[in-house]
Amino acid sequence: MDHTRARTIAEPDADFPWGAAPYPVLVVDVDGALVRRNDAAAVLLPQAAPGAPLVDVAPAWLAAAHRTVHLPGPYGAPDADPGLSGVIGGRRFEAHPSVRDDGTVAWWLVDDTDHQLVRDALHKERKRTAFLAKASSALLSTLNLGRCMDVTAQMAAECLADAALAIAPSRGRRLPVVTCLRGGMPELSHRSVDPDDVPGLGEALRGFPPVPARWIDPSTAPQWLVPEGFGPVGSIVITPLPGHGVPAGALVLLRRAKTDSFSDEEEVFARLFAARAGAAMSAARLYAEQTAITEVLMRELLPPTLHQVSGVDFAGRYRPSADHERIGGDFYDVHPATEGEASLVALGDVCGKGLEAAVLTGKIRSTLHALLPLADDHQRMLSLLNTALLNSHHARFATLVLASAVLRGNEVDLKLTSAGHPTPLIIRGDGTVEEADTRGTLVGAIREVSARTAAVTLAPGECCVLYTDGITEAKGGPMGDVLFGDERLKRALSACAGMTAEGIVEHVQMLAAQWLGNRRHDDMAVVVIAAPRTHHLSAVNGHTRGRFTG
Amino acid sequence: MSISTPPAFPCGGRPEQLADQLLNAALAGDEHSAIELVVRALDEGADPESILLDVIAPVQGKVGQEWAENRINVAQEHAATSINERVITALGVHPAVGTSITRGRITVACVDGEWHALPARLLSEVLKLRGWRIDYLGAQLPTPHLIAHLHTTGADVVALSSSIATRLPTTHAAISACQAIGVPVLVGGAAFGPAGRYAKLLGADAWAPDARAAADQLARSPLSRPQLDHQPIDDLPHLADQEYTLVTRNSDSLVRTVFAALEDALPFMNEYSDLQRERTAEDLASIIEFLATALYLDDEDLFTGFITWTAQVLTARGVPAQSLRPTLHLLALELKDFPRATRILRAATRTVTTRHSSEAGKPA
Repeated sequence: MDHTRARTIAEPDADFPWGAAPYPVLVVDVDGALVRRNDAAAVLLPQAAPGAPLVDVAPAWLAAAHRTVHLPGPYGAPDADPGLSGVIGGRRFEAHPSVRDDGTVAWWLVDDTDHQLVRDALHKERKRTAFLAKASSALLSTLNLGRCMDVTAQMAAECLADAALAIAPSRGRRLPVVTCLRGGMPELSHRSVDPDDVPGLGEALRGFPPVPARWIDPSTAPQWLVPEGFGPVGSIVITPLPGHGVPAGALVLLRRAKTDSFSDEEEVFARLFAARAGAAMSAARLYAEQTAITEVLMRELLPPTLHQVSGVDFAGRYRPSADHERIGGDFYDVHPATEGEASLVALGDVCGKGLEAAVLTGKIRSTLHALLPLADDHQRMLSLLNTALLNSHHARFATLVLASAVLRGNEVDLKLTSAGHPTPLIIRGDGTVEEADTRGTLVGAIREVSARTAAVTLAPGECCVLYTDGITEAKGGPMGDVLFGDERLKRALSACAGMTAEGIVEHVQMLAAQWLGNRRHDDMAVVVIAAPRTHHLSAVNGHTRGRFTG
Repeated sequence: MSISTPPAFPCGGRPEQLADQLLNAALAGDEHSAIELVVRALDEGADPESILLDVIAPVQGKVGQEWAENRINVAQEHAATSINERVITALGVHPAVGTSITRGRITVACVDGEWHALPARLLSEVLKLRGWRIDYLGAQLPTPHLIAHLHTTGADVVALSSSIATRLPTTHAAISACQAIGVPVLVGGAAFGPAGRYAKLLGADAWAPDARAAADQLARSPLSRPQLDHQPIDDLPHLADQEYTLVTRNSDSLVRTVFAALEDALPFMNEYSDLQRERTAEDLASIIEFLATALYLDDEDLFTGFITWTAQVLTARGVPAQSLRPTLHLLALELKDFPRATRILRAATRTVTTRHSSEAGKPA
């Protein structure tokens, strides 16, 4: 060995000019025997003396690479494979072969350990960025708290730990917990446990003051924290999910005993993820709370579902001016009759649209409700309503129709009073459509109001249609600029003779919607009061069993 | 809906017989008899799912057919449909129909502009029978309401029903919106074309030809969460040419222009009553709506199919179907700068021409 070194140093050789080259060089012949090496190679592979078989003195990956390079013909790979690299003595080397004229191969070994470290770091960083981007888009996509917790637990189990638990703060006694094992599906459970029994969990769920992620001793962790079949726990970390002013919850990460525990870098990364998950979970919680509030407040303003009352059929349908809203400036109500009395129907339209108008409809509806003892006297009701509206701070006025309906025999007696509202239409059995003879001033605008009440009788199968001007003033049609109009409505209703109240309401709303297409429109309300049809034996053919007459 | 012979019809009865009886009761507006028929069948041990799909669904199909063929009027169609609805309600509360929730949560709805709610209602009931927790949101549901509902309930799947092809662009918006919040969508209904070809085109996660197939499919394999990085334009890259947008945005003026030109071209239109003129304009508007839909889907067959059907209806109404050719021609003149519209209109013109000459060639 000394001899060899001495020779390379003492006699620089035209055939081997790399003796002092900074990179290790090995020259290997066709049979895999080492021919020469330079100084750097001698330092790296002290046993690689000339004459020794490469396979004995160099790592297996290099010996294998040499065999591939040297294969003649189409199987040979004389051009260096850029991916050829491996570990020698704890460092990573790229190997670059060059085939020499005499058939031997000179192997250049380039240390790329640091380069590789940088590449690995970059790759890891890219993976994390991609993970965070994916987490953000999955979390941003939903406003459902349960779904946010599912996504949080599943993504954390996929990338940060062997198992993850997303825990939401709870007002009740039971703690909502979503558990997910790596590769598994998130599962929701409700635990009757005290979060303060787990070190750090209580603080994390309270959200403030801010607490850092906290390690806990796996042996002190309660059993519910460890998913079934998880095996021995190596490490547990509890990370608070920071919310927006409200506590969002906590993320518990578990690693198995055989997995590495969390590095500092990983903890920072887990915090970045937790920040996103917390933001999404608190947004979802806010949304759910707002929805619940809206739901409660809206319940009183939504039009009621109508049905048969004391033998009279009622049906109603409402379409607000904006598709994303559920309430607006049109309203209707049916106040059921006490025994033998008439039921009172009110349908109206407050000037304006949207929430502001809807609030006023609520006021009118409750005023009318309070005036029910006077329901017999429409004029009196309207005049009291007028006074109430004039005295309120709302500067809006309204039009409405009052209808009192009572079943006598199989006919329905109606009293109809319009206060500045489109005239109610009566559909007779033969398809004739009549206008009820009632007129009056609108309410909420001037001191004195007056109105004329019409009395109408509906035979079985006949009905009375109350509607707001959103229907007749629907602008559209094939040319796009024509009003639906009274005549078109009457023509349509004339074809509805004999239909159920429900059917007519739906049909009118459908025709108006189709007339409108995608164009803008006002609120639209329709109520139908119908005298139920009696069943005729003759209408049923002889095959039908269980016939019924009413 | 497919009609197969189910095992569970007692007393030697067949669903076809019960369906005939129910159809008679529904057409006669006899709600009481209709409900009694179904309740009795359930009392005798008939399978509720089979009553829904092999009795009520075909009855509703026949009601629609009777109406389309002008044998019953709109009032009778509505009455029969509402009786079917009430029969379904009665079935749902029958003691033999015990349902317990063993599976996930599904929202069932009709897309905005879809008024035929019965197929969605039937699907809801079948899925309930199969153990799903169902939120049935009914006909003509604006997409914002659907999305708000999904955020609140966290449904596992949305089932959307649509029967009218011209609602497909709206349906696409609804499908994309559901998927964007991570909820997979199953679609069904006549709008999706033969073998559900448009369902795939619009990126739906699943399609089923009928309620039974939908329930089977959902039972077999749960729909996975949709990819969140999906962009709706990826489904329909041809929309980049803006032809759909421009035709839709200008449809009113297109109707007006073509209508005026049609009056010049066809002297007999001067004799039309106001009502006839409005009908003609409505026909024109729906031709343009179908053209827009065909542009949206880039599917020429959708338009030629509609034109063929219109020709049949016009003939049945006693309106000379040859008015279609000038209509298509005038439309093509207006849209001459739109290559895809031009191609679709040309194909439709060929169809009408072939049809017209083959009609003419028939012996009287």
